Amino acid sequence: MAQFNEMYQGTEVRAPYGRLQDWVAAMPQELRSLKQAEAEALFRRIGITFAVYGEGGDPDRLIPFDMFPRVFAAAEWARLEKGIKQRARALNAFLVDVYGRGEIIRAGRIPGRLVYQNEAYEKAVVGFVPPKGVYSHIVGIDIVRTGPDQFYVLEDNCRTPSGVSYMLESREIMMRMFPVLFRENRIEPVDGYSEKLRRTLASVAPKKCKGEPTVVILTPGHFNSAYYEHSLLADLMGVELVEGQDLFVDGEYCYMRTTEGPRRVDVIYRRIDDAYLDPLCFRPDSMLGIPGLMDVYRSGGVTICSAPGAGVADDKAIYTYVPDMVRFYLGEEPILQNVPTWQCGKTEDLAYVLEKLPELVVKEVHGSGGYGMLVGPKSSREEVERFRAKIVEDPGNYIAQPTLALSTVPTFVEEGVAPRHVDLRPYCLVGDRIELVPGGLTRVALKEGSLVVNSSQGGGVKDTWVLAE
Amino acid sequence: MRLTVDHMTRYLYDRPVRSVVQSHRLTPSAFAGQKVVDWEVTVSGGLRGATHRDGAGDQVQGWTIAGPVTSVEVRVRGTVETTDLAGVLRGHRETVAPEVYLRDTTPTRADVALETLARSVEAPDVLALAHALSAAVSDAIAYRPGVTHAHTTAAEALALAEGVCQDHAHALIAVARVRNIPARYVSGYLFADADGNAHEAAHAWAELFVPTLGWVGFDPANRSCPDERYIRLGSGFDAQDAAPIRGIARGGAKEEMDVTVAVLAAQQ
Repeated sequence: MAQFNEMYQGTEVRAPYGRLQDWVAAMPQELRSLKQAEAEALFRRIGITFAVYGEGGDPDRLIPFDMFPRVFAAAEWARLEKGIKQRARALNAFLVDVYGRGEIIRAGRIPGRLVYQNEAYEKAVVGFVPPKGVYSHIVGIDIVRTGPDQFYVLEDNCRTPSGVSYMLESREIMMRMFPVLFRENRIEPVDGYSEKLRRTLASVAPKKCKGEPTVVILTPGHFNSAYYEHSLLADLMGVELVEGQDLFVDGEYCYMRTTEGPRRVDVIYRRIDDAYLDPLCFRPDSMLGIPGLMDVYRSGGVTICSAPGAGVADDKAIYTYVPDMVRFYLGEEPILQNVPTWQCGKTEDLAYVLEKLPELVVKEVHGSGGYGMLVGPKSSREEVERFRAKIVEDPGNYIAQPTLALSTVPTFVEEGVAPRHVDLRPYCLVGDRIELVPGGLTRVALKEGSLVVNSSQGGGVKDTWVLAE
Repeated sequence: MRLTVDHMTRYLYDRPVRSVVQSHRLTPSAFAGQKVVDWEVTVSGGLRGATHRDGAGDQVQGWTIAGPVTSVEVRVRGTVETTDLAGVLRGHRETVAPEVYLRDTTPTRADVALETLARSVEAPDVLALAHALSAAVSDAIAYRPGVTHAHTTAAEALALAEGVCQDHAHALIAVARVRNIPARYVSGYLFADADGNAHEAAHAWAELFVPTLGWVGFDPANRSCPDERYIRLGSGFDAQDAAPIRGIARGGAKEEMDVTVAVLAAQQ
């Protein structure tokens, strides 16, 4: 399978990587090892040792950092940015619609079953339009590349996509270790992210909020694998990091306990799942949430980001329909393409999938993190047959996609520099406007030939550069 | 029929709790079958919180009670003018798509026995099927208080062949969903007349969605459809989701609950 190398076209170096050729050529092995050790020490010192959300695994494991940056030219990014923002708008329009009149279902464009019987569809918020009509305030869209102009969306993350701290820290560490690179290349900064995030959250404060909104980040606690990220974002935004027990409902509002007494909270950027938000509305055994929060939310006393129920838009079965959402709500053609997807729950799709199984990637509809998936071409006959039995048993639980020839970026490996497969997760912010910092999280499959970039499966991260015009 | 309700729920804690938060579905539904004459909910030491009408049409009211307290009294008093609509929930404003109620929950999940029960009846249309399913549940589960508890599932109640209105409602919801009929749990009150049958004044039944009529109530515990003796409060996937009072106390004390309900026909 021909693989697109983002730096080399044969022996030619593609323009955005022009200056990196000399940089890597001028770096002797000893210096490289030294720098790599320095990078690891820096990551350890700041304590950034979490797994990307939903990936499980040892939360204290260090995700490998690769110093070779991934680079986008200004024009490449401009197109990506348009596509990402378009998708984020469509996903939010979909959420407002399915909790409202459900026009897209009435129009027969998406089967009602996939939406209304979806576990992530929250009956408790039907009929409620959150401030500014935004359900998903931080949309993480996982994108892969297969050619100079070929980008595909792998999945959307509309709940609480994590990993943005890696984008910020990777940049910080690269600037500290290789200041010359940042003088030689005109690289768009990403450090505006936290201010943009704060502004986005403040922009969706409820109507009842007068004056400057009080924003907090709600974390499940320090045992959570992304706790570092929660505390970093709170620090950078200058807002409080709270746990459920720090907040309480009194009358029509939600308050935070502080040393100076209770302080009203207007916007909660929650990093806990819907099910745990409020034991009076969702799971009654939840110790992480705030009793009565949903009644306050529904009556406009506080904003919850992402809005409860946002998860119905990023389900893998709904994913197939996102291009239709773009056409239906925005009247535009989708700029970013979906990976062609077969729904094993459909009889004709299932027949095709079972026939072509050794060539396909098969995923669980509700799964994440690279677990419970089959990469046909990389699997033994036995593994394929075992997976076939699972699909036949419960076809509706699986989707299949062709094995994409993911692009590669040069990566430091044992033997020197070698191409490794990458993906990209940009973080699109949606409030009273839509913003995207130029960059994102590039994950790299460090194993030779591997297409699985998840950190739980041997993936690492890279700094992602967008060059200024 | 003019019904008066006096419903008192008393929560007792074995030591003072710091605070109590509650979410109520204690307001009679607004539909053609009932008209509120007067209605009042009071909570001892309570601060009235936010209120909203949810997508299912229920009035939801939050309350907070600042501690330390060792008891909380929730008292509901009011009068409702009811009309017999043969169970049809006419004129009820709601926006949740009926299909949402095809999803099962732990207490309403069908096991093999519930599936078998669901498929044991045949009927020419959805309404007739709904009646047949309700009758099948009445036959399969005898009314008997004390054998089941708050967390008994429909499958367990069917295995016991005994239960109370909550179990009947869960079982009917389970079998209806097996037959692809959206179904939900309804909580409310029932006027206990003097006919000698067993009644529960704080009552529960099920509603099934019939395309030609909309939501229709069925009360397998009493082998009937809700009529002018019923007052409807709210709905949900199951008993917990439709509970008239959901609450939680901070402070880790042991809680005891004492409920008295009187539903009477008002003197003309």
